[in-house]
Amino acid sequence: MMPHPVLDAATTGGLLLVLALVVPLVSVLVAFTVGGRQIQRIALGTMPLGLAIAIAIAVVVWQTRGPLAYLLGGWAPPLGVALRADGLSAVMMVITALVICAVGAFAHADFCSPVGSQEARAPFAFWILLLAIWGALNTIFLAGDLFTLYVALELLTFAAVPLVCLDGRPETIQAALRYLLFALLGSVLYLVSTALLYGAYGTLDIALLALRVHPESATLVAAALITVGLLAKTALFPLHLWLPPAHAGAPAAASAILSALVVKGSFFIVVRVWFDVMPALPGIAAAQLLAGLGAAAIVFGSVVALRQQRLKLLIAYSTLAQIGYLFVTFPLAFDYASAQLARGGALAGGLLQAVSHATAKAAMFMAAGLIYAALGHDRITGLGGVARALPLSVLAFALGGMALIGVPPGGAYLAKELLLQAAAETEQWWWAAIIQAGGIFTGGYLVLVLAHALGPADEPIKLRVDVRWSQEAAALALAVCSLTLGLLPWEAYLSVPRTTPSTSLVFEGLLSALWPVLGGAVLAILLGHWGPRLTRAPSQSLVAMVGSIRRTALVLGRMVERMDGTLRQWPAAGLCLLLLTILFGAATLARH
Amino acid sequence: MSAATIFGLCAAAAIGLGLYGLITNPQPLRKILAFNLLGSGVFLIFGVVARRGAASGFGGDPVPQALVITGIVVAFSATALAVALLLRLFQATGSATLRADASPSPGTDPDAA
Repeated sequence: MMPHPVLDAATTGGLLLVLALVVPLVSVLVAFTVGGRQIQRIALGTMPLGLAIAIAIAVVVWQTRGPLAYLLGGWAPPLGVALRADGLSAVMMVITALVICAVGAFAHADFCSPVGSQEARAPFAFWILLLAIWGALNTIFLAGDLFTLYVALELLTFAAVPLVCLDGRPETIQAALRYLLFALLGSVLYLVSTALLYGAYGTLDIALLALRVHPESATLVAAALITVGLLAKTALFPLHLWLPPAHAGAPAAASAILSALVVKGSFFIVVRVWFDVMPALPGIAAAQLLAGLGAAAIVFGSVVALRQQRLKLLIAYSTLAQIGYLFVTFPLAFDYASAQLARGGALAGGLLQAVSHATAKAAMFMAAGLIYAALGHDRITGLGGVARALPLSVLAFALGGMALIGVPPGGAYLAKELLLQAAAETEQWWWAAIIQAGGIFTGGYLVLVLAHALGPADEPIKLRVDVRWSQEAAALALAVCSLTLGLLPWEAYLSVPRTTPSTSLVFEGLLSALWPVLGGAVLAILLGHWGPRLTRAPSQSLVAMVGSIRRTALVLGRMVERMDGTLRQWPAAGLCLLLLTILFGAATLARH
Repeated sequence: MSAATIFGLCAAAAIGLGLYGLITNPQPLRKILAFNLLGSGVFLIFGVVARRGAASGFGGDPVPQALVITGIVVAFSATALAVALLLRLFQATGSATLRADASPSPGTDPDAA
């Protein structure tokens, strides 16, 4: 698909775009005004409506084979503001709506105002913030100019930050404050960049900017600033100081939203800026730098995830690693012939990875939340017997993890295939190696958790609360959704070659998914915490043989963990931010 | 040196000071203040852009001015949210710090939550 044509007229179905923004935001206002026990009903009533609108937009995009557009007040850019929906927006909107509906069904039990009481603070805040996040994300997916994107990005942050500290524990408030302050640093860089771009070209409309942008000093500085600002908001390594405590400390439903959707919002803007606004500007060096950070995130996030003792922190660090995956897309999408980023299979792979991570990770966080609520803790070494007590939750976790590894016919499998294909076409074998390594690491922490969860209980498990079937069903549904995403006809929205998966291919895919699991098992044994379990292994000689290798691996793992602790200090993260800005500036400058 | 250049340099200085404070100062309240200084510098850049774009006979390009108003509203709400969180943190713990070692650090204390 080519970059947007300059659309100076609204297309059919343009009104749907307005509805997609207005419906969640109006229900925020209504819910806030009405208050009390009605909030939940309003939120749950909005969800099917929002889902229907997102699906309608996807259908119209499919039928018209082109982007939808709507001009606010009938004013064409550069005077007016346009809303546009292309294939990428349509896909992201539908998946967002799906995840939000599932989280709504999940949170229904956790966040209901008890009968008789007037209004509880946490439910009141949760439902309103959930709707606000939805509205902000839809605005991000549809916005046609950089300033609307800025406002939506800020709305997203302001709605996401309070979700972190819903239960009001001091450490979560601290995590929320860290998140807010670092996110503000990122958004200021974004704002400077919009000022520079407006000063240079007199418009912030994406389609118009794409036509006018040319390499000059102000544009190069703006490109570096906007990229780094968005990376800080996406928590790409090494700018991740806020993510692990924020995502691990929040209530399960909130963690699911934060990890699955909120970080994808700023990733989507990076894609918009790099592919739509300035495809020819950053050049291959900057794209390689971006992917290098992504690769570091995969290795770092995965190793630290394997070293975690708590399940929710493990999942949070896994998010860090999976964010890295998304950024490996950029050099693979580089078209050497035209020397610019092209909307080809690699971008489709990156976006598919984003949506399959969104669904799978939400399912995993929900399952972890159920396990936490039922056991009263989420120590990984104390998970023994939980598979018997909560089979559906563990199944949801396992399926979500398998979807992330890239087991066919999951969305991540298709994404991996597309990225590997792009790596082969552009002859960048090192990124192919990183992609494969990422799968093995993911296998590692999945095996670690499942080995504990499937093991026998040390003492009989007493569940603190009864887990509702509706909550388990919501988690399971999302995991299954992620595992079947690869079967959908994506070619109408993304440039995915149409293939009919034959049975032999699926069999081969399953076989290729075996490697990450086996490699992952080795990694998990080497790096994970096992408690007394490992010494109880049937073959003592094997343990002794593995012992020395494991000791070395543990030393390495501890080193990585300590480095992570250093990088998550404010001054270190701030310096990384400045350094990255300079590096991106230099990389773009080197090209021109 | 034109007025736009002087204001541009002032904006750069404010941004530099704000960035320095936001990154190096460990106290959250000072970080919030530094963010506001940083924001003021950015708004000044918008002012300079409006002035430069006004070369074609207008008194000033109105679009950056409209953007600045939105930016100020956003920065104001960000500050309000940050101060509210900070107050809440102070009420809960009696101190206001962002240091990671003041909170249970991940991986060392599994029973923290």
